[in-house]
Amino acid sequence: MSPSTRSSPLRVRELLSRKDKPRKLKNALLLGLLALASIVAVLPLFAVFLYALKQGISGLSVDFFTRLPAPVGETGGGMANALLGTGILLGLASLVGVPVGVVTGVYLSEFGRGKVAALVRFSVDVMTSVPSIIVGLFAYALVVIPMKRFSAWAGAVALAIVMVPIIARATEEILKLVPVHVREAGLALGIARWKMILRIVLPGSLGGITTGVMLAVARAAGETAPLLFTAFNNQFWSRGLDQPIASLPVQIYTYAISPYEEWHEQAWAGAFVLICFVLAINLLTRLLLRRSV
Amino acid sequence: MGALPVDIKAIVPPALRRQRDIHAGDRRFFHATRAVALLVTLVLLGLLVQLGNLSLPVLQTSGFGFLINQNWDPVAGDFGALSFIHGTLVSSLLALLISVPVSVGVALFLTELAPRRVSLVLGFLVEMLAAVPSVVYGLWGIFVLAPLVRTEIGPALREYLGFLPLFKGAPYGVGMLPAGILLAIMITPTIASLCREVFRAVPVAQREAALALGGTRWESISIGVLRATRSGVLGAVVLGLGRALGETMAVTMVIGNRAQISASLFAPAQTMASVIANEYAEATEELHLAALAATGLVLFFVSLLINSGARFLIWNVDREARGGRSKKAGTSQVPTPVLAVPQGGES
Repeated sequence: MSPSTRSSPLRVRELLSRKDKPRKLKNALLLGLLALASIVAVLPLFAVFLYALKQGISGLSVDFFTRLPAPVGETGGGMANALLGTGILLGLASLVGVPVGVVTGVYLSEFGRGKVAALVRFSVDVMTSVPSIIVGLFAYALVVIPMKRFSAWAGAVALAIVMVPIIARATEEILKLVPVHVREAGLALGIARWKMILRIVLPGSLGGITTGVMLAVARAAGETAPLLFTAFNNQFWSRGLDQPIASLPVQIYTYAISPYEEWHEQAWAGAFVLICFVLAINLLTRLLLRRSV
Repeated sequence: MGALPVDIKAIVPPALRRQRDIHAGDRRFFHATRAVALLVTLVLLGLLVQLGNLSLPVLQTSGFGFLINQNWDPVAGDFGALSFIHGTLVSSLLALLISVPVSVGVALFLTELAPRRVSLVLGFLVEMLAAVPSVVYGLWGIFVLAPLVRTEIGPALREYLGFLPLFKGAPYGVGMLPAGILLAIMITPTIASLCREVFRAVPVAQREAALALGGTRWESISIGVLRATRSGVLGAVVLGLGRALGETMAVTMVIGNRAQISASLFAPAQTMASVIANEYAEATEELHLAALAATGLVLFFVSLLINSGARFLIWNVDREARGGRSKKAGTSQVPTPVLAVPQGGES
């Protein structure tokens, strides 16, 4: 570097950059760590999904969807009863859970002020965070003890209780997005408030509410803990709603902790079906929401 | 009011009569929705009452001793929940230890660094982690994670950190360690998505101020964002803890299910949730069932406490953010219904 008039500012910059070096290094290092954390965070998703795909795909066949579980030692068999059972349980649970959840959401969003509403909101919050196994205990006390046996009813009650707070929450959030002027436009036409809610607010948010319901169903579909001692399990077709009934998650659990190789394969096939169902719903709702909002 | 000399209904013009009907309909609608909504409260109360009812035999015989007795012997009829409380706490704390740096890191990366499109996809993937059912994680834990702990992670930890009591003994595969790792995976989306919300609420100006003073990108994040959101991040972490405490299936499948208190993370253990999942369907003795229900009652109160704490912390952040001129105010603003509640409603 030749001594010139320009050398001085150059030197200063050089000095500055030397002083900055550790800071810049630290910056690069920590930003790199943040990126690394993101990779580490999503890694398990791929690990679980790909492993389930690899292990489960071989067990997936027409038999899996159409046949009853094979007895120990025999290969083949399927989970038809568990798939149907999960469908029945979800159907029954939705029958009660969806209306109660949506109406609760309507109440919270439309009349959500005052002490009673605060109490309801608190209850919804608590119910959202209650561990699902405890909901199972409740359903046991409520249904299994009086009926003196495990039943589809008990399982459906447990799942409905899991679903209600999720749906109520989603509905409340969605309804709150309906602008005031839309409501006022309805009222200005002279219709009653309840009609305004039922004919204007609700239909306008139907997409959002459906999304919430679907997410709640997806969540309930994967719930195992509340079914263990309510719906129990059944290796055969259920003979009635007052009888124990098989479900996909419980069947996966039973097979997973069994010592039999064939059952493990079935468990993976079941897990793969369950993951695909749940992820598909989540993906679908995401697309729906993006379009509507 | 038949005593009135004039029939009022006959005098009121039809149009006004309809007005009155409108309000009657509103009242009915209000009461009907409120009645349904109160079902949720009823369920919560019923749940508490029933849990208390189920666990009555244990509460009567051992009372608070149940919480500090570490024996769990269904054959002898000696029941104490201490080992489960220990198991729940240790597995949850272990999960936090693993998950918090990763969750906060991913939340920072998504809000501060990643381009919009990357952020969308990555954020979606993280949320999908929460959608995978617990039993599937458990299955993966049994067949992938536990063997990995037995053959790779365990021996490595023992070699380098074996002097700690935490890593004594032979890693069986199942035990506290894999349970903690699985829980960490499962609570990461909870903590990360809440942290994202919290970071997003920080005004851009705060980051720019740090940058304008010559700070590096990291310094702007650590001074402008992290320091301002400590209580919000804490709230997210506590909520993650709440999720970890109640998580049942995945833990049940990999924790080894043995009622014991061991300092070693390689040892099998049992949590409050896992013991209920494991034994309730098969328990026949009245006292055994009651002890399991009482464990559930303890779990209920612990998770209620933790979740309320978290909500309080997050609510505080929310209030602060709303008080300040946050960028988010425009989107989070809730259209407050200016319409009055029908009479005869709330006090």
